[in-house]
Amino acid sequence: MNSRYSRQELFKLIGEKGQKKICQAHVLIIGAGALGSASAEMLVRAGVGKLTIVDRDILDWSNLQRQQLYTEKDVIDQLPKAVAAKKRLYEINSTVDIETIVADVTAENAEELVSGKTLIVDATDNIETRLLMNDASRKLGIPFFMGAVVASYGLTYPIGLGELPCLHCLLDTLPPQTLTCDTAGVISPIIQVVAAHQVANVFKYLVGEEVDSKLKSFDLWTGEQAAIDVTPLRRSDCPSCSKDASYPFLSKESQTRTAVLCGRDTVQLTLPPDREVELRQFAEAIHPIVTGLICNMHLVACNFNGHRIVLFRDGRMLIHGTKDVVKAKMIASKLMG
Amino acid sequence: MSITLNGKAYKLPEDVSTVQQLLEHLELSKRIVIVEVNKEIVQKDQYDHPIRERDQVEMIHFVGGG
Repeated sequence: MNSRYSRQELFKLIGEKGQKKICQAHVLIIGAGALGSASAEMLVRAGVGKLTIVDRDILDWSNLQRQQLYTEKDVIDQLPKAVAAKKRLYEINSTVDIETIVADVTAENAEELVSGKTLIVDATDNIETRLLMNDASRKLGIPFFMGAVVASYGLTYPIGLGELPCLHCLLDTLPPQTLTCDTAGVISPIIQVVAAHQVANVFKYLVGEEVDSKLKSFDLWTGEQAAIDVTPLRRSDCPSCSKDASYPFLSKESQTRTAVLCGRDTVQLTLPPDREVELRQFAEAIHPIVTGLICNMHLVACNFNGHRIVLFRDGRMLIHGTKDVVKAKMIASKLMG
Repeated sequence: MSITLNGKAYKLPEDVSTVQQLLEHLELSKRIVIVEVNKEIVQKDQYDHPIRERDQVEMIHFVGGG
């Protein structure tokens, strides 16, 4: 028995029957960075029927340390991540139907992206997109396997299974600042751990086994691990998963708004109204990676990757030196999460 | 006082005796954290919950990267 999936079929809890189910699945991966690369490679090797990968970014040298699908040539060619990912994934398994979408995930396209998929794998780099996918997942009843990393730490949680709380139940407010790989760094082994937990749960879900439903965290450097049964945190009035859900993150008003400032080569981002801005905390987090940092009671200003950036206390962020709103949003995600 | 924090032995400074103080000590008080003490979730409005010798504490904070 030497067929492509023989070793996976020999694993009794999958078997030939489970493999058929895996081959029928259409998986959506949001993000083609480190977690997205790792999940996509495992899922394509495992023989999922169809994979859709969405990513808004192009490749950069700083990606190669951990984003396993990409090569130096891809960076030199300035390929969009989703395009480079498809190229490599096709070399790995040409029988998988791979669809790539180079786009920003927004309130406008979220439902369309999720619709018709078997499940969603989280590989995004910011909390706002996670809450957006959480709402799309709850509205359309498609499970969302969350994963996030920073430094040597990561966490996983499957959303949309049974009576468990959704991400909105757990977060209730948008954090002013989350740690990101661009501010606190990241080591590659934690990517593998988090993606491994996500994909193992995906396999279990696809073959009809019970999914490990705990919120889990891992720190590969300190050796700390936690697993919490979050069932008590389900909110009966949650706007995203209760009976009367309004799916607030699917409305344009709850998203970061963007505007190109005419003639100024500047994009203005307006953070969602319920997102608190803590100027000092923001300044502390970005301090190691920016220059010309100014922090006063009205604003934080700095230089980052050739752009002058100003964050005001009212939640407006100016990104000078670009007219590209997607690029501006990527810069904000790198700095704020 | 010694507790188990996320599966590892952890020595607390003397001035830490509640969940809130532990979050501050770990610099997690401004982050979104799910807290469990002895397998029971501690809700946000109960962060004055005491921490005692040999308690098993689990804390998971949310991060942004991927």
